[in-house]
Amino acid sequence: MNRSATHTRSLLMERASELVGWRRGKRRIVLPLVALAVILLAWELTTRYSGWSAQVFPSPSRVMRGMGELIVNGMLLRHSIASLFRVTAGFYLAIIFAIPIGIVLGRVETLNLMLNPVIQFLRPISPLAWIPLAVLWFGIGDKPAVFLIFLACFFPLVVATAIAARAINPVFFQVAANFKFNRWETTTKVIVPAIMPDVLTALRLTVGIGWLVVVAAEMLAVRSGLGYLILDSRNALRMDYVMVGMMMIGLIGIALDDLMRRLVYLHPALQRAY
Amino acid sequence: MGHILIRDVCKSYRNRRITRRGSRDPYQPGETMRILDHINLEFCEGEMVCLLGPSGCGKSTLLRLIAGFDMTTAGEVVIDGRKVVGPSPNHIFVFQHSGLLPWMTVWQNVELGVRNVEDLRTRQEKVQENIDMVDLTDFEQHYPHQLSGGMKRRAELARALAANPDVLIMDEPFNGLDFLSHMRIREEIVNMHELLRKTTLVVTHDIDDALLMGDRIVVMGGRPAQIKLNRQLDFPHPRDPKKNAALGDLRDELFLMLGVSYAV
Ligand SMILES: Nc1ncnc2c1ncn2[C@@H]1O[C@H](COP(=O)(O)OP(=O)(O)OP(=O)(O)O)[C@@H](O)[C@H]1O
Ligand SMILES: [Mg+2]
Repeated sequence: MNRSATHTRSLLMERASELVGWRRGKRRIVLPLVALAVILLAWELTTRYSGWSAQVFPSPSRVMRGMGELIVNGMLLRHSIASLFRVTAGFYLAIIFAIPIGIVLGRVETLNLMLNPVIQFLRPISPLAWIPLAVLWFGIGDKPAVFLIFLACFFPLVVATAIAARAINPVFFQVAANFKFNRWETTTKVIVPAIMPDVLTALRLTVGIGWLVVVAAEMLAVRSGLGYLILDSRNALRMDYVMVGMMMIGLIGIALDDLMRRLVYLHPALQRAY
Repeated sequence: MGHILIRDVCKSYRNRRITRRGSRDPYQPGETMRILDHINLEFCEGEMVCLLGPSGCGKSTLLRLIAGFDMTTAGEVVIDGRKVVGPSPNHIFVFQHSGLLPWMTVWQNVELGVRNVEDLRTRQEKVQENIDMVDLTDFEQHYPHQLSGGMKRRAELARALAANPDVLIMDEPFNGLDFLSHMRIREEIVNMHELLRKTTLVVTHDIDDALLMGDRIVVMGGRPAQIKLNRQLDFPHPRDPKKNAALGDLRDELFLMLGVSYAV
């Protein structure tokens, strides 16, 4: 084969693989949309022919109308922001406490032996079991909800951080000692970056847990948030609003997860686990 | 600078319980296993020492003791009249598997070697100088995972040299390298040694490495490990055991000592 033929062929191959890549990219968007359309259709048909009243099982179009109403009167935004605020507050509080504590537990064997049983004991207790105490201690309003989210995020985060800190390659500490890092430098330049990839994964999981818990937390003692929206709409027998609330929870959940997934792009060194 | 005295060094590790209770295994809980047994060695200033020995005999352990990463069970390591009590930038370790910090770029890693230099300009010059020396120019902003195995090794070498230590300790610097990188880095280490004359300890599995590089060859062996051979080599560089009969004889002797034969 002469050179230009080879060249043409390789160009064609390149173009073909581009096309396949493009198709695959498009399929990732089209196929879920197809599924969504099928589900919506099934939903619409069920509501139409099942005989349930629209009060009990509103149709998609009704829910969409409900969503329009809630968007227009600003309720959807207000409640979403309220929920997001609580999750953010609880999540940040958990980060502030859990990561330093996790590092210490992971690196100081004595403290780990002391505290690990306590943590393992508290961890399986659902945050919802804390509701009575949370209300008693923090009254009503944002505080008990934030506290519950803090609890929900704290334990998984502390455990993941401790495991990551303990598993740091000892060679890194020998390097640190060789170049005379002091304790602070060893922490900031070795321990923290070494656990970062694992901690990011844990953060992603933890936000999801916090988002799960906020809805439950908002069903008590507060008058805002998506959980409250759902509860209040149920009391008003507005199942379409209930479903709007559920959908919003799902959408924000996806968005949060996507945001957390993108955190690894903040720094090139994060794109690889050590 | 860089005179090393290893005086009657022993090292034992306490074994964790590795078997179920009641089973008849020599390593019961609390058993200590002696790895190094009364090691006595003296390395002169600027010497290139090659350590040979079968896998698991305690070569890395000896290097760790010299570097101060680990404490001797008995005896002492003395560098330039001072007993080694801990790690120091004065004796830099190049690790068997990469010791680069993966979250730092090549530049930042090499900069660790010149941490104590106050002036920013001199520091930058020194970093650049050492990066250029190992031929990693233009890779300053790469992270270790973006480098090949040989480049990682060279980056770590640059970091070690930047610290300007009296003693350079290298645990299998050719580990996991392809043939050509192996040859290249070997040549670089020899050249650098000719130039800088730092006391250099190199652990290797390759007898030819030791023959080509070493001013002194030390063979360890046995359980617990003892010094089987400690021989000074004064053959001029470049060396070739195929052309130099005396070197070839030493080669055969080493093969015999390590319990293998070259010809099969
Ligand atoms: N921290 C430790 N605790 C217990 N035993 C250890 C420890 N480190 C090393 N050993 C033991 O000491 C012996 C020597 O290990 P060392 O790493 O020094 O061998 P080596 O000669 O460097 O081997 P290789 O050539 O495979 O690297 C091994 O039998 C190992 O099991
Ligand atoms: Mg070793």
